[in-house]
Amino acid sequence: MSIISFTNKGIYCPQGKFYIDPWLPVDHAVITHGHADHARFGSRHYLCHKFTEPILRLRIDPNLSISTLDYNEAITINGVKVSMFPAGHIIGSAQIRLEYEGFVAVISGDYKTEYDGISSAFEPVRCHEFVTESTFGLPIYNWLPQKNMFDEITNWISNNQLQNKTSVFIAYSLGKAQRLMKGLEGIAKLFVHSSINNLNKAIESNGIILPGTELVTIETSKADTQNQIVILPPALLGTNLIKKLPNPSVAICSGWMQVRGSRRWQAADAGFAVSDHADWPGLLSAIKATGAEKVYVTHGSTATFSKYLNEIGIESAEVATQYGKEDDEEVAEPKKEED
Amino acid sequence: MEKFARFIHELEISNKTNDKIDAIVRYLDVAEEEDKIWLVALFTGKRPKRGINTKLLREWAIEIAGIPEWLFVESYHTVGDLGETISLILPKPTHHISKNISTWINELAALSKESDEAKKEYVLNAWDGLDVQERLIFNKLIGGGFRVGVSHKLLVNAIAKQSGIEANKLMHSLMGKWQPNETNYTNLINGLDVDTNISQPYPFCLAYPLEQEIENIGGPEEWQAEWKWDGIRGQIIKRKGELFIWSRGEELITEQFPELEKLKGMLPEGCVIDGEILALENGQVLSFNSLQKRLNRKNVSKKQMEETPIGFYCYDLLEYEYEDFRENPLSARRSTLAGLISALPENTTIFLSPVIEYNSWEQLANIREEARAQNSEGLMLKKLTSVYNTGRKRGDWWKWKIDPYSIDAVMIYAQKGAGRRSNFYTDYTFAVRDGDKLLSIAKAYSGLTDKEIREVDNFVKRNAIEKFGPVRTVKPELVFEIAFEGIAESGRHKAGIALRFPRIKRWRKDKKADEINTIEDLKNLLNSTRHADRTDKGI
Repeated sequence: MSIISFTNKGIYCPQGKFYIDPWLPVDHAVITHGHADHARFGSRHYLCHKFTEPILRLRIDPNLSISTLDYNEAITINGVKVSMFPAGHIIGSAQIRLEYEGFVAVISGDYKTEYDGISSAFEPVRCHEFVTESTFGLPIYNWLPQKNMFDEITNWISNNQLQNKTSVFIAYSLGKAQRLMKGLEGIAKLFVHSSINNLNKAIESNGIILPGTELVTIETSKADTQNQIVILPPALLGTNLIKKLPNPSVAICSGWMQVRGSRRWQAADAGFAVSDHADWPGLLSAIKATGAEKVYVTHGSTATFSKYLNEIGIESAEVATQYGKEDDEEVAEPKKEED
Repeated sequence: MEKFARFIHELEISNKTNDKIDAIVRYLDVAEEEDKIWLVALFTGKRPKRGINTKLLREWAIEIAGIPEWLFVESYHTVGDLGETISLILPKPTHHISKNISTWINELAALSKESDEAKKEYVLNAWDGLDVQERLIFNKLIGGGFRVGVSHKLLVNAIAKQSGIEANKLMHSLMGKWQPNETNYTNLINGLDVDTNISQPYPFCLAYPLEQEIENIGGPEEWQAEWKWDGIRGQIIKRKGELFIWSRGEELITEQFPELEKLKGMLPEGCVIDGEILALENGQVLSFNSLQKRLNRKNVSKKQMEETPIGFYCYDLLEYEYEDFRENPLSARRSTLAGLISALPENTTIFLSPVIEYNSWEQLANIREEARAQNSEGLMLKKLTSVYNTGRKRGDWWKWKIDPYSIDAVMIYAQKGAGRRSNFYTDYTFAVRDGDKLLSIAKAYSGLTDKEIREVDNFVKRNAIEKFGPVRTVKPELVFEIAFEGIAESGRHKAGIALRFPRIKRWRKDKKADEINTIEDLKNLLNSTRHADRTDKGI
């Protein structure tokens, strides 16, 4: 039995007649989280976690037809029980659990297994079918524990301050930016770009309290930002806004920074392997915890990861999707023309 | 090791020359005395002898990580570096070992005589006691170089800054044949090892490409023009009855070219000549394709020597009668060199590289057009008053190369790059048309901007047709202008043609795949260039 199929519009539940994270417009879309490759425009009705709602309204259209669920809350659509569990990826990110006649499928979207201090912590969900990402599906990706990573970052900031440098972080505006804000709260003043500020406001409209920040623009005086922390989205890497900051030292925060080649590739002064995706041990532990009979591997190292799962006795297939193409991890990728 | 690991990390994340220099200075300020010499040794290519086979390292890493071999290979393709791949896949360390770099190196050297079991025990214990960055250093000490963007010049400048010793003198001291175990840092940088070493070469003087209008560099009477030969730049040293030949890569290559050994009996004592190693016939220069048959061979057969005889074209005189001659103006060095060469017995091996007579820049520009017919790649312009500089100095020497050949070709394969480019498809294979089919003719991996590489990378990911290991076959759609320096017939390439130094000149977004060049175009080009290469027996 199977209650999900993979179509040219996205992941489909035939029994429930709805799609999960479709990349083409459909009647009924269930959304795992607010990143643009998972939450696309054009569908008639959206179902998402309550924290994701304002993000969709901000990013897609304020007048969208949206209904929401909380974690562990369920509704039934055409006989299929739909519920949401924390994916630990970003604020509001959810694994979608589908149950039909005792058969359970979980679509995890993007996830990470370690608690990041701000997104609800990942919860493994037992199921028959599990859909997993594989962004970092190679054994070379082993993240440092969150605390050690932030110790390293904090050291870097202190060193910058000794040299009268302003610490600039390049981080995706939804997710990574808020995680950095939380982790660096109180160390120095936090400045953010307007795109991050807009998302912060959307997130806070749901009663979540984020650390206090100030807006940075091209007009912000150098005296204000000197020796402080500035968080900017990837699109601003190498732009005038950075050049106008006082003595900037730029760090990129992305899982790809684990490999020296990627660190050197970027025109940055530092690279920190901070990721909102599961690392290799994280992926394996999450999958084993589901007890799934069949694992579908989507975006990332799909072929490699799927082959490995089969070899260790977990039945797995790779699935082509449109996820990961506007990947939040692909820092500094120039905005594509068609977007 | 902690200090060194932190230092290497600092070097890696800095993009600016001054930051790198400061990082080296900071390290030298705190490093243990016996570790400093290893910094110089490692950064000048004097790696300790490889005591442990990297194949074994790989095997042990796979075993400890508990992953299948194919997964290791996949990981390696993503990382692009064996030592780094191993450092990343190993389980987290359970304890911490703290030792000096020199201690690690000496222990590894001693280990080379031990059994494989003893080596394994040592390595596994080390891996388990080092963090990721330290493991990388450890693996690099066993095999592989440090690619951290530190040129010899940068290293010398940093040591000069830290020690106060003149950069010129340091460069001389650090080049050449010293061994880290036979001297110490203080002696080395103070040049105490230099005088006893009669093979010591001088740093080569290098030229910048001429990128401005020729008129802007001054009057033609201030400059000496020579052909720019396309061979192996070399330095011939004759001291105390011995002959040494150095390549620009600071390798001693005396034995590779037995023809040059007779210079030992001919050249006067205490002279050092800068020039070019070339394939010659009757004193005339053959193409680089001919020379290539003689390169990187352990043994040279009589037949090879007969078919492709080697000679030396002299450019400059660096030492004369045991005196450092480099501070003399070029005009004086040149006339002394001319006198020295003309005094030699008649031979077919060593020649003065001719000076080109010209009266105006316009006339010289016309002469430059004939470079290819001489198997030359253009002209060298040297200021007559210039001293022989260390390394590159803007303004004294210029290379004025002729424009390369170019064709339009379509990309058919892509592969991920190594090192810095390991996450992107950066190595491409290009094809020209052969009737209805495409015929691969060149592989190239430079010449695009970072932004363009990302665009191509994106295209490859979306348009990959087949996988062959790390190689992706892609839809033949993207057209590039490929520049190259030469063309030769080749039995090893499917197209029967080999291009020399192919690189991407620009991305022809304005062209479609059916507008590219054909194999006939290339064959015509080959025929038209053949007269320039009178005796290349390959053709």
